Amino acid sequence: MPNACMSGSHIVLKALEDQGVDVIFGYPGGAVLPLYDTMFQQNRIRHVLVRHEQGATHMAEGYARSTGKAGVVLVTSGPGATNAVTGLTDAMMDSIPMVCLTGQVATHLIGNDAFQEADTVGITRPCTKHNYLVKDVNDLARTIHEAFYVANSGRPGPVVVDIPKDVSIAEGEYVAPEAIRHKTYRPQLKGDLTAIEQAVELLLEAKRPMFYSGGGVVNSGPAASQLLTEFVRLTGYPITSTLMGLGCFPASDSQWLGMLGMHGTYEANLAMAGCDVMVAVGARFDDRITGRLDEFSKGSTKIHIDIDPSSINKNVQVDVPIIGDCAHVLEDMIKVWKASGRKADSQAVEDWWSQIDKWRSRNSLRYEQGDGLIKPQYALERLRELSKEKDTYVTTDVGQHQMWAAQFLPFDKPNRWMTSGGLGTMGYGLPAAIGVQVAHPDSTVICVTGEASLMMCIQELSTAVQHRTPVKIFLLNNRYMGMVRQWQELLHGGRYAESYMDSLPDFVKLAESFGVTGLIASKPGELDKVIEEMIETDGPVIADIQVDPDENCFPMIPAGSAHYDMLLGPNGEAEVNEDGLAMV
Amino acid sequence: MARDVSGPVSPKEITLEPQERYHTIAVLVDNEAGVLARVIGLFSGRGYNIESLVVAEVDTEEKLSRITLVTSGTPMVIEQIKAQLERLVPVHKVMDLTVDGPSVERELALIKVRGTGDKRVESLRIADIFRARVVDSTAESFVFEMTGSTDKLDAFIELMKPLGLVDVSRTGVVAISRGTRPM
Repeated sequence: MPNACMSGSHIVLKALEDQGVDVIFGYPGGAVLPLYDTMFQQNRIRHVLVRHEQGATHMAEGYARSTGKAGVVLVTSGPGATNAVTGLTDAMMDSIPMVCLTGQVATHLIGNDAFQEADTVGITRPCTKHNYLVKDVNDLARTIHEAFYVANSGRPGPVVVDIPKDVSIAEGEYVAPEAIRHKTYRPQLKGDLTAIEQAVELLLEAKRPMFYSGGGVVNSGPAASQLLTEFVRLTGYPITSTLMGLGCFPASDSQWLGMLGMHGTYEANLAMAGCDVMVAVGARFDDRITGRLDEFSKGSTKIHIDIDPSSINKNVQVDVPIIGDCAHVLEDMIKVWKASGRKADSQAVEDWWSQIDKWRSRNSLRYEQGDGLIKPQYALERLRELSKEKDTYVTTDVGQHQMWAAQFLPFDKPNRWMTSGGLGTMGYGLPAAIGVQVAHPDSTVICVTGEASLMMCIQELSTAVQHRTPVKIFLLNNRYMGMVRQWQELLHGGRYAESYMDSLPDFVKLAESFGVTGLIASKPGELDKVIEEMIETDGPVIADIQVDPDENCFPMIPAGSAHYDMLLGPNGEAEVNEDGLAMV
Repeated sequence: MARDVSGPVSPKEITLEPQERYHTIAVLVDNEAGVLARVIGLFSGRGYNIESLVVAEVDTEEKLSRITLVTSGTPMVIEQIKAQLERLVPVHKVMDLTVDGPSVERELALIKVRGTGDKRVESLRIADIFRARVVDSTAESFVFEMTGSTDKLDAFIELMKPLGLVDVSRTGVVAISRGTRPM
């Protein structure tokens, strides 16, 4: 059968449909008018109109992170594309699958500094996994199919397809997405069995073993989290996770040590420092995890499972690299472990656990809630308690509230926790929550945020109202850029340069002006009622929780310090050398 | 008056940190728009060095180009460079010619020398010793073509400096593995 001939914009819509796309987050403009015209004449793909293209990219990220499917963005040329750059970079850093279609000026105008022209493929080259400029309408269908393949497979990431206006008008051939076998791009899924056997042998012999999991486990799909949980329980060994990996092992399990890293728990970081065999699963030894590199877990033999060969030995030299999808590798590890008929060194592991329990008893997340101001940690504990019966998804913005949310909200399942980890993008939380809610209309989607972050994409409240996404914005309002203020207090002599938010809006009135419910709590006694009302309200809500402005986030590994050198509370001493001051 | 033209900085003239080494890496890529920008952007974005870089299509039917580049770094950095190159979607194959067995490396240079009298004769005499060919000549100048290792080109260019060297154009290193094995 000959392939159908249709206009470029019909090809785009057909290709998206054949890729199983049900929603696009986008914003129209001159270069994408033909695409919007075609979209207007169909009803199989829903379009969510955003208020700023950055919002569209974060919505697509929230959608992707909570479903495992690529999020789709459609923006116009020039400013549409440049506004999407932050979200593309964010998705690149956190390995989120996304396909971003950008309009471009007509091919004969490219390079002429035409109205709303930008070198989109040039600008997005370093912040995408791959990008394409489609100059021939007959390449359009294949390119879009390939874009989805590249975005979803291997280590996922964002892909840009730049479509000049004349290409979306021209008539061309549609080709269906057969099983794509890319010429060059074929990620390795199965791990090398010899390396897996070597890793299992090391684990069987380990005296002080430690699992260190990351976002790669979530990206691999729910099976990877199940297999990880199965393997960790089979071994009886302790496990920690990065910010991005929260939920890949149940937080309610006694083998769970909490998050590790700069604001991780005392027990997680000290166990990492003191272990003799470390298994990194889908984690990339980021600087937030390792602290000072030359002091990072010096005595351990390191096993590293990652689908991306460039993650291996990038920051930390490992002993047993295993390249492959962590679900495949974990499945093989379980098989090899079981087939060995052997057991872990139970005496040594018992001693290891009693050491860990000693660290645990320091209760590094402790805080004191008095009668006065609401402590942000307390607010999150109440949120946890009052939302536990609900089917909950949580997004965050970036800063202190993000770290407290990671510390105080437990996740037992993957895909429930959406946060900007690698790039640390303030403004991510609200649009990401809308994206999650679009994918899960009947669930409770909570955006834990701070007032500075929320202000960065506040316009998306309007999107939330228009598209009836009843997101719950849990605003920990401390009237400061809290994390900036904390660093200034601890590292810059308490000189609070520009970290104070002087003319904040009245968030209740602001909410109401958008048609959103606004609530406020300023005393501990008011919290429960506000949280309950927030959860039960049928529609978007901003709950303005006025928290203690001086509260700091502990534990903390000061920048440039070793990962066992933690500040446990306000009475700890921050000793930062000059190298540390230069660290972010 | 002759300008002082020193050729491109030879790798040998830069002092490397301990553990750092020069590697010649061959990369087979799809010859598509932007592929060179991806490779170069990777190097500049991640702070890797490029000492020389050569690119040309080598297979017109399959539309493949071969990039040969010389870079430097510690073993860990070189390993990263190769992994990052392999991660680029249009890259077919990456080969480290410095470690994957013996290889042949060549560079071509066109060298313009201006002068008269003894200096002119002397430049021709040295060119003969170095087996450089004269590809252009005027009453006051020669253009020499020379092929060889980077060191040999460096040596010749150095000798031409007092004899009226005015212009140098070098290709950078191309390399291929010895023996029967293709890339």
